[in-house]
Amino acid sequence: MSAKPLTAWIEGIGFLAPGLPDWPTARAVLRGETALTEAPSILPAPSILPPAERRRASRVVKLTLALGLEAAAHAGADVATLATVFSASGADGHNCHALCEQLATDDRQISPTRFHNSVHNAAAGYWGIATGAMAPCQVLCAYDGSFGAGLIDALGQVVLDRQPTLLIAYDSEYPEPLFAKRPVPDVAGVALLLTPERSQRSLASITVTPSTEPADALADTGLEALRVAIPALRVLPLLQKLARQEAGNVYLDYLPPMQLKIEIGSC
Amino acid sequence: MLPVSDLTVNPLLLSAYTVTTSLGRGLEATREALRNGRSGLVPCAFETVQLATWIGEVAAVDDEKLPAALADYDCRNNRLTQMGLETDGFADRVREAIARYGKTRVGIFLGTSTAGILQTELAYRRRDPETGALPDDFHYRTTHNSFSLAEFTREYFGLEGMAMAISTACSSSAKVFAAAARQLELGTIDAAIVGGVDTLCLTTLYGFASLQLTSAQPCRPYDAARNGISVGEGAAFALLERCDQPAAGSVLLLGTGESSDAYHMSSPHPEGLGAKMAMEAALRSAGLTTNDIDYINLHGTSTPANDAAEGKAVSTLFGNTVPCSSTKGATGHTLGAAGAVEAIICALALTDGFLPGSPGTEHLDPAIPVDYLLQSRTGQPHRALTNSFGFGGSNCSLILGVAK
Repeated sequence: MSAKPLTAWIEGIGFLAPGLPDWPTARAVLRGETALTEAPSILPAPSILPPAERRRASRVVKLTLALGLEAAAHAGADVATLATVFSASGADGHNCHALCEQLATDDRQISPTRFHNSVHNAAAGYWGIATGAMAPCQVLCAYDGSFGAGLIDALGQVVLDRQPTLLIAYDSEYPEPLFAKRPVPDVAGVALLLTPERSQRSLASITVTPSTEPADALADTGLEALRVAIPALRVLPLLQKLARQEAGNVYLDYLPPMQLKIEIGSC
Repeated sequence: MLPVSDLTVNPLLLSAYTVTTSLGRGLEATREALRNGRSGLVPCAFETVQLATWIGEVAAVDDEKLPAALADYDCRNNRLTQMGLETDGFADRVREAIARYGKTRVGIFLGTSTAGILQTELAYRRRDPETGALPDDFHYRTTHNSFSLAEFTREYFGLEGMAMAISTACSSSAKVFAAAARQLELGTIDAAIVGGVDTLCLTTLYGFASLQLTSAQPCRPYDAARNGISVGEGAAFALLERCDQPAAGSVLLLGTGESSDAYHMSSPHPEGLGAKMAMEAALRSAGLTTNDIDYINLHGTSTPANDAAEGKAVSTLFGNTVPCSSTKGATGHTLGAAGAVEAIICALALTDGFLPGSPGTEHLDPAIPVDYLLQSRTGQPHRALTNSFGFGGSNCSLILGVAK
């Protein structure tokens, strides 16, 4: 059978990475207008949560709220109505470490909050509680290919369900000793609000097909280091084209030997 | 208006399927147990766990030897993954599909809640006393990571196409059917290995105990005196393909529905609103109405809150006329594997002509007005709906049918 293309319009972008606290900052760096500064990721206090919840929110919860809300605001979309796809190479690393550490002792009476925060979909669950969104919510993992997996499933929903879908791809760090086994250096991620139809807010169209081409690298060594170190930032070659408002093709890492070719149509 | 799909999807063929739980390895052991009302639950004696609870443990998982080339994947979860794949001839059917379609055209969509985290729990007991480092023989990527079972399966079959793990707690391996159905409908793949694998570990046993959600007795779904779950483990797989003219008697995926509670991390919406939305979405995607459903395999975890909320949703939609049951009194709650395990149980009910009962349940909760089956009985369901709900308010309903 002939395949229906995996295609959508991008209406909003959210971004957060070390030295790049939001999409406007990242866009300026990706355009070459300003230099990347070396700095840890800055997580904004999630204003959508009540004060008590705001203080208790974990790093991945703050990260995904920041990413998703920025993309939705960029697009002028109502978060309560959006279907979501979360994709991450791991869950809350600090929470996982605390549980494993306690379960290795004689006192195994772990905290119930730690337990329900240990699920891979914890950030997605808090997103639902914070936004009131009752639409379908997907939560994926494909290790270093997690961004690609999230993009494939999100585009599938956009094309078939004909509804805007918010993709939030993100990662966070483990503390030692797990850090030595999985050295993701910091929290980072990207959110893309994908829609089935072009609108006045559309930034570009994207069409994804499988490829065996190697992924595009970034000329800036600092940005390239981020792309390689944090799985969600495998998106960066796409974001560079979007920042520069360039049409054309980019190649992103997914699961070798399967890579993703993305055709960008400008608006 | 809520943005849920109103598009009817084309039915997909389950061209092969298999299930392994505490009831036994494979379809024959499972159907025998379900027809006879046998439970696989036993008092917990897993690893060093000291909890007054019952579990559904799969026999001989740790006897399973992985291929030498995949030794880094060795952990209880991947042992059970391989055991499941090599049951009921499933792996051979996958290899036939790869020969038919090519190694880039068979996708992998597997659900899990904890993957091989047991490996990490054990490694934390063997940290270097000086540095705190984890042992060299601990491999995070191929055991602990949520993708490990999907990557193992991809390597096991030498596949080179799309793969993803879905991890939405206890709805994980129901949602894999929806994700795979999308890609099959789009034509980006020609077949999909879908399924779920979750194995016993300390995180879930002590975790559910910490929430006071484990029972000291075998779980009793929908019983008036139900007081918690029995944690289980399992592996279930199906091979999904498009099919214009399915042979009579073959099992079809007719519809899928997903929703979010947006309510609480570990408690369901008290009115079952998200559950109701998922069932409605599944009916819509199948192009069916409530009258078309002949059996409902309930999520039925046996916690007071889950069964009350799900019961409200089911009775609001279906009244008390559709026979329904939870099979977790037989298998235990296999968590991230439950969606796929119960989809295959529905396939057995549809092909064999019986309705599974609910071992352990004795006195039905009079506050839940549904047609709940205590005992298995013969019958010929044509279409079955199965529910799976997870922490974080993640809901998924599937509808399966049998081709005429």
